[in-house]
Order: sequence, then C-alpha cells, then structure tokens
Amino acid sequence: MNRKLICIICPRGCQLTVSGEKDNLTVTGHACKRGQVYAIDECTHPVRTITSIVRVSNREDCMVSVKTATPVPKEAIPQVMAAIRGMTVQAPVKTGDILAENIFGSRIVATKDID
Amino acid sequence: MIKHDIVIVGGGPAGMAAAVAAYDRGVTDVVIIDREDTPGGILRQCIHNGFGLHKLGQELTGPEYATVYAVKVAERGIKVYTGTTVLSVTQDRIVTATGREGIVQIQAGAVVLTMGCRERSRGALNTPGTRPAGVFSAGTAQKLINIDGYMPGKKAVILGSGDIGLIMARRMTLEGAKVEAVCEIMPYSGGLTRNIVQCLEDYDIPLYLGTTVVEIHGKKRLEGVTIAQVDENRREIPDTRRYIECDTLLLSVGLVPENELTIAAGISMDRVTGGAIVDENCHTEISGIFARGNVLHVHDLVDYVSDEAERAGCGAADYVKNGVQAGEYIPVKAVGGVRYVIPQHINRNATGEISLFMRVAQPSGKARITARQGETILATATKLKTAPGEMEKLIIRPGLLGTGEITVEIEQL
Ligand code: SF4
Repeated sequence: MNRKLICIICPRGCQLTVSGEKDNLTVTGHACKRGQVYAIDECTHPVRTITSIVRVSNREDCMVSVKTATPVPKEAIPQVMAAIRGMTVQAPVKTGDILAENIFGSRIVATKDID
Repeated sequence: MIKHDIVIVGGGPAGMAAAVAAYDRGVTDVVIIDREDTPGGILRQCIHNGFGLHKLGQELTGPEYATVYAVKVAERGIKVYTGTTVLSVTQDRIVTATGREGIVQIQAGAVVLTMGCRERSRGALNTPGTRPAGVFSAGTAQKLINIDGYMPGKKAVILGSGDIGLIMARRMTLEGAKVEAVCEIMPYSGGLTRNIVQCLEDYDIPLYLGTTVVEIHGKKRLEGVTIAQVDENRREIPDTRRYIECDTLLLSVGLVPENELTIAAGISMDRVTGGAIVDENCHTEISGIFARGNVLHVHDLVDYVSDEAERAGCGAADYVKNGVQAGEYIPVKAVGGVRYVIPQHINRNATGEISLFMRVAQPSGKARITARQGETILATATKLKTAPGEMEKLIIRPGLLGTGEITVEIEQL
C-alpha cells in the first residue's frame, strides 16, 4: 500500500503517507502520535463521529442536537443516520443523556440541554 | 442609571470567556448582554464536532463547547441579560440596551465588545439572474436544519468553500439532500483542510476551484444555477458555462465582523480586518472599551477565540482596577505576504508574553514568519504550509521589546 491522506484529527491537517503491508503499515508526515493512529485506522477500519438532531416531541418546534458517543464505522453512516432520524425524545434533556444504546457499537447522546 | 464594572456585549464564546477571565482576575461585577434567549452564540447551531481540541483537550460539538462556558459563567453568578439587544455604546461607556424590561442604560467601568461576525449576503455578490426562493446563506440553512429541524431543499449547490459551506455540504447530504457541487471562485479553498476531507471527500461531493455561479434561474423557487470557470482576475472564462439543476443555493462567501456598534461609537477601525484597532490587551483606541473574538477579526477555531477573549477580559479587569496603562505605542505592521497582524500596536511598557495573530495573503509551502523590530528578531516560526484560511500566531517573549516599528513578514523557504 502507498496511500497519501490528510490527518483530520486536529485542524493542523498534516499530510500523511501510509506505506507497507496490511499488518505492518508505516506512517510518515505526522506531527503527533494521534495522526499515526488515525492513518492506520483510516487504512484498516475508517470511523467517524456522527452528529445530527432529534425532535423533542413534547416541545413545539424543538430539536436537540445529538452525537455518537464514540466513532462509528464509516460504511455504517447511512444506517446510523436512519436510526437517528427514527428517534424522538421527551424533554427535559441534559447534555450527555443517553438517547439510544448500541447503534453500530455506539451510544447516541444529547449534546444540548432542553429544559 | 444602573452601574456595572464590566459590561460584555455578546454572549457567544468570546463574551463568555472574557466574562469568566475578568471575574477570575478579581472584578466580580460583570454582566453579559445577549440578544438571543440562550447564550452560546453561533455555537448553538454548529452541532458538528471538532471544537475544544486545543483549548479543552477534548473533542466537543458546538453546543457542548458553549455549555462548558455557560456553566463557568453560571458557577460564578455572572448575570446574563438574554433577549436583550444593545443599541449603542458611547465613548464614556454608557451602554443602552432594549430587552424584556424595556430600555436600560448601564454606566460601565469597562466594556468588552464581543458581537461576533455575520455572513456576507447575496447582495454583496451581485450575482445576475432572478430572485427566487431557495437562496440561503449557509449559516441560515444551518439554523433551519439544526435548530428548527427544517430542510431547506433537496438538491443543492454551494457557492464558496468556507468552513460553514463545507459543513453544510455534509449536513445536507446526511439529511438526504443531494449536494451537486461546491464552487469556489479562488484557486484554493477558504476552509480548513480537515473539513475538505471530512465533509466533501467522505461523501464524494465535487469541489470546483476557480469556479463561480454566474446566473441564478427560477421564478418562484430556484430551478438551477449556471456555473463557469474564472481566470486569475476572477473574470469568467468564455465557453466554460455549465447549468446545474438545483432547488437550493447556499452561500458561504465570507464572514464580516459585526461592528455597527463599534463604528457608531467612533472607535478607530482596521480596514483589512474589518474590526477595531487594538493593543496587546485588546484595548481599542477609546479608553475602557475592549474588543475580541470574531468582532475583531474572523477566526477559524473557537478555541482561539476563547483564548484571546480571556486576554480582553483580563485587560478590562486591569483597566477597572488600575485605569489606563501609561506608555507610548509601537505600531505593528504587516508586510510582504502577511495580510494583517493583530494587535495593530503594542504598549512599550507591556509586560509578559505578547501574542501576535496574523493571516497570510496567499497559500504557500514551507515558509518562515518573522516579527522584527529594526535588526532584532522578536519572534519567528517555521511552517510546513500556510494558507489564508489558517490563522498563524507568534509569541514575543518578555523583555525583548525595544523601540521602533515592528514588522511581521513571511518568507518562502
Ligand atoms: S498528526 Fe497530529 S498534529 Fe498533525 S493533524 Fe494529525 S493530530 Fe494534528
């Protein structure tokens, strides 16, 4: 493998190069360790944190923002979005409240307070 | 008239960070005035993650980042006047606002201006064509989707590759819309690299550089746009026109500091940044009035907004305690490839570290940015790459400051 990618862990955006075989990948171009981990993950099993909104059913025109508490597999994004779209919640909601368990290995948590 | 030691105009990330810093510096009579019902500013609609990595050491969404500061504000008992709009600020620091209790006037010991910025609108672009529904600023679309839960359209073109445009390309896609293209008139993107990767490449959304929307079609609702390539002078290249059918056009064509209050107060402005002229403590040229955050210059990361706004909060607190700092001012000039530097001048008697913030005019590869005073190098940093979209910073260590103008320039390596 010889793949160039841009690290997206932090806004510095280092240009990374991944080379080698599947179990023995080497990364160059990273300014910190997180970039190295990211590059190997990205080439073996890419993941993303998904953020969206869920309707608050007992408040008028009210949405609460949510996220996957941990990153989910990139190829599962459409199914994760479909699961989130199917949800509703009841206020009050607090930041960090768990709104769903085990959606492709992650919890869906609220990222905003709704009184 | 009501009196408060420090009045903060705007309860976004800059305002909250300034308030907390001022309080912690020992001036506890601090109030924040915000026109929205909940403080947090633009962060409330920025539901994506990526905030806080520098400042808080964790990756948060916009609302979570705002909550961290709202909690700090509440813990200190700092009063926030929500739903209250500041109408004017005078040079003798009388703040007039209108809110739930009608018009209030506050005599402030010091004022910190943290009104943030707003989006450049279609009117500023002069795009020919009709005026149908379906043309939104990217931030308006973001509010519609993330706060109101309402999708503005099904098929979108985005003009401008600023960060909000990129974020909205992903957001619209995730919510089931088809984003046909992101067009950027410049030969490079104005957004952060990570957003190009995470928001466009992840979803196979094409980014057309050196391309703009030359015509808008549709009577009642937008039906499509004509895009075309432009030359280096941003003039349309003949025979490059292409029609794209769409019902939504999002504009992400730049942010402008929201400085009506600042200008009306007669505070000297910097033509390049669109913000006030300030010293190293964010002090404007009017005694006791400070400014920081996006109202001073547009930032790419909220982490830096919070950091810098703390300085404004401390500056205001010191002003309330000790009055104006004596000493002459040394001008700071951006030269050769640096578009602007903040602060625009530094007090000769400044103590402690002094941070300089700047943007370059053009993207470049490896380069060195240097701040000089005559022959003395005050600070220098080597960058692997620079871009107008990424703010750069230099720190002048204590004790280096001499006399004479300071220049900041960039050299390619
Ligand atoms: S390698 Fe480290 S410093 Fe570079 S972009 Fe990734 S996280 Fe940021």
